[in-house]
Amino acid sequence: MLKIKNLHASIEGKEILKGIDLEINPGEVHAIMGPNGSGKSTLSSVIAGREEYEMTDGEIIFENEDLAELDPEERAHKGVFLSFQYPVEIPGVSVTNFMKTAINAHRKANGLEDMPANEMLKLIREKSELLEIDRKFLSRSLNEGFSGGEKKRNEIFQMAMLEPKLSILDETDSGLDIDALKIVSNGVNKLRTENNAVLVITHYQRLLNYIVPDVVHVLIDGKIVKTGGKELAYELEERGYDWIKQEKAV
Amino acid sequence: MELKDKLVSSFLAFDEQYQVDDDVQQIRNQAIKDFETLGFPSRKEEAWKYTSLKSALKHDYSIFPKKEDAIEYTQIKKYLNHDIDTYDLVFIDGIYSSHLSNTTHDKIDVCLMSSALNKDKFKPVIDNYFNKLAPKNGLNALNTAFTKEGAYIHIHKNIMADKPIQIINFSTGNESSLLLQPRNLIVVDENSHVQIIEKHQSLTDHPVLTNSVTEIFADRRAIVDYYKIQNDKETSSLIDNTFIEQKDESNCSVHTFSFGGNLTRNNLNFYQKGERIDSTLKGVTIIEGKQHVDHNTLVHHIYPNCESHQDYKGIFSDKSVGVFNGKVVVEKEAQKTNAYQSNNNILVDDKATINSKPQLEIFADDVRCSHGCTIGQLDEDALFYLQSRGIPRKEARGLLMYAFANNVLESVKIPEIKKRINNLIAEKLGIELGFNL
Ligand SMILES: Nc1ncnc2c1ncn2[C@@H]1O[C@H](COP(=O)(O)OP(=O)(O)OP(=O)(O)O)[C@@H](O)[C@H]1O
Ligand SMILES: [Mg+2]
Repeated sequence: MLKIKNLHASIEGKEILKGIDLEINPGEVHAIMGPNGSGKSTLSSVIAGREEYEMTDGEIIFENEDLAELDPEERAHKGVFLSFQYPVEIPGVSVTNFMKTAINAHRKANGLEDMPANEMLKLIREKSELLEIDRKFLSRSLNEGFSGGEKKRNEIFQMAMLEPKLSILDETDSGLDIDALKIVSNGVNKLRTENNAVLVITHYQRLLNYIVPDVVHVLIDGKIVKTGGKELAYELEERGYDWIKQEKAV
Repeated sequence: MELKDKLVSSFLAFDEQYQVDDDVQQIRNQAIKDFETLGFPSRKEEAWKYTSLKSALKHDYSIFPKKEDAIEYTQIKKYLNHDIDTYDLVFIDGIYSSHLSNTTHDKIDVCLMSSALNKDKFKPVIDNYFNKLAPKNGLNALNTAFTKEGAYIHIHKNIMADKPIQIINFSTGNESSLLLQPRNLIVVDENSHVQIIEKHQSLTDHPVLTNSVTEIFADRRAIVDYYKIQNDKETSSLIDNTFIEQKDESNCSVHTFSFGGNLTRNNLNFYQKGERIDSTLKGVTIIEGKQHVDHNTLVHHIYPNCESHQDYKGIFSDKSVGVFNGKVVVEKEAQKTNAYQSNNNILVDDKATINSKPQLEIFADDVRCSHGCTIGQLDEDALFYLQSRGIPRKEARGLLMYAFANNVLESVKIPEIKKRINNLIAEKLGIELGFNL
């Protein structure tokens, strides 16, 4: 589904990603862990198409198509979804209206008519129930004044609405309380099929108890330096990153 | 001949042609003298630093339009609000059009300035209010000297006007260029309520300059909601001079929507002559090309315990120019004043400009005054966020600008007007709204 080869990316002339290789197949869950500033969010932004980052080398192939030339919206239409580490506040646009606009933009890109209003309402109701989001919430301005956890839950609500093929969850667990973490993880798991995939970025092993990864990668200083099974996450939780850095240096 | 000289020398002929009551005539005579000394404002004056009238004054405007043009209803249908029942005062090239208007004298007076200026019945009101509020300056003097027509609205005590009143000024292009000077007087007595919509619409590409003066008096506990829709052709310029006097516990709001025209200058002054008054001044400006919109506001807090709320938003594309000059004066006696002012702008293109200047003159110590002004581009983080959800960049930009401008509409009290403005904003921004508000 996703094949990243030798990806180099920089911002303002500073190289952040220094040769990343990553392959994710349908049905899989991958986790990326790594110290602050190692380039995890940069990687997700580059996959989602943020223009500020310059891809200086390598390629990102999604469903056999090179993403490099595509705008962020086109990548979204193809099924790439990014749950932001820091969701942006959009005053003046309600969650509902935003969702309607996004859904219909996807449909338009696929040559479909706007979704009928009753169908839209039904979908919104169904997905907000899945994530236990209060109706009142949906008429508020998108992310404006939302608590950290509410923002994250709202990101997964959007994911549930859009049903992407590849979901990148950038520290979705940070800010969530214990109950919310269960609800949100449960939501993500319910959306999983053998045709879609999830890339989870996290600092904590705890999330991976709920969203269980097939593969865990360690990203340090713009490179994936170690890849293993879910037990690697426990090891990192226990020992931190220094041993890997040392291993690498040797 | 310069426009000023032409106007001064035309006055005698005008004065003979449009007879009025002696007292008013005296006011007009004095006004032409004032105009002769004061003339048009120039950029040397602080309040006109960023707005030059030069381009608007260069045409050889005709001052005496020909007879009423037989304008067909079909021609103007689209400019009227069909979805609301209104009283209408329609003027064509400055002349009242009876067949397009809908006036009343039932509990409220919605009629013509020309008849109010001549009939004994209205004399007490005219004597009390006419030209009592507009400060002495060249533009007001010019309008006063050439006072002949406009809206006369009087809401008597304890009356809630049963429907909004619409004032529309059309210009037809019968003249190669036309100067219009509507003069409106609106008196709202104690405990009364009125909603007014004002529009200027040119039906031609001939240049039109409008110098209008509106005086509004809101007595105790009166409520006045005024909506100005400025969406005229790019050949038209408008100088709108609106003055509002409020008494105790009255509540007045003016919303100005500036989407069109060549040069638009709004001089909007509120004078609070009582306690516990609420004044609201809001505006949305969305312009492009070489358009120029200038908001010059004044709120004069004179008595204690009053509030004022100013919120102006602007979106400027191409080489358009915006000016916001908001002055708030809080007199020494005006303790416990709450005065808020905010002016937020988005410059869509590098060549667009905004000159924003708040002026606070506060002489009281126990007050809450705030002002804020922002000038920015669209937030790239927000754009990326929307795009990452599949919303194309162009639409995402439109949506962000729409959201930015839209919250000014919250305080619009006529739902049909809200919807109409909402659609105008979407149209201006080139977005198709996939939702209704
Ligand atoms: N716009 C920018 N300008 C300059 N440097 C940037 C910019 N964006 C990111 N960086 C730098 O790139 C590096 C990687 O940042 P990134 O956000 O990808 O880290 P991260 O792994 O997600 O960290 P965290 O765990 O704290 O979220 C950091 O050193 C950061 O300062
Ligand atoms: Mg990060």
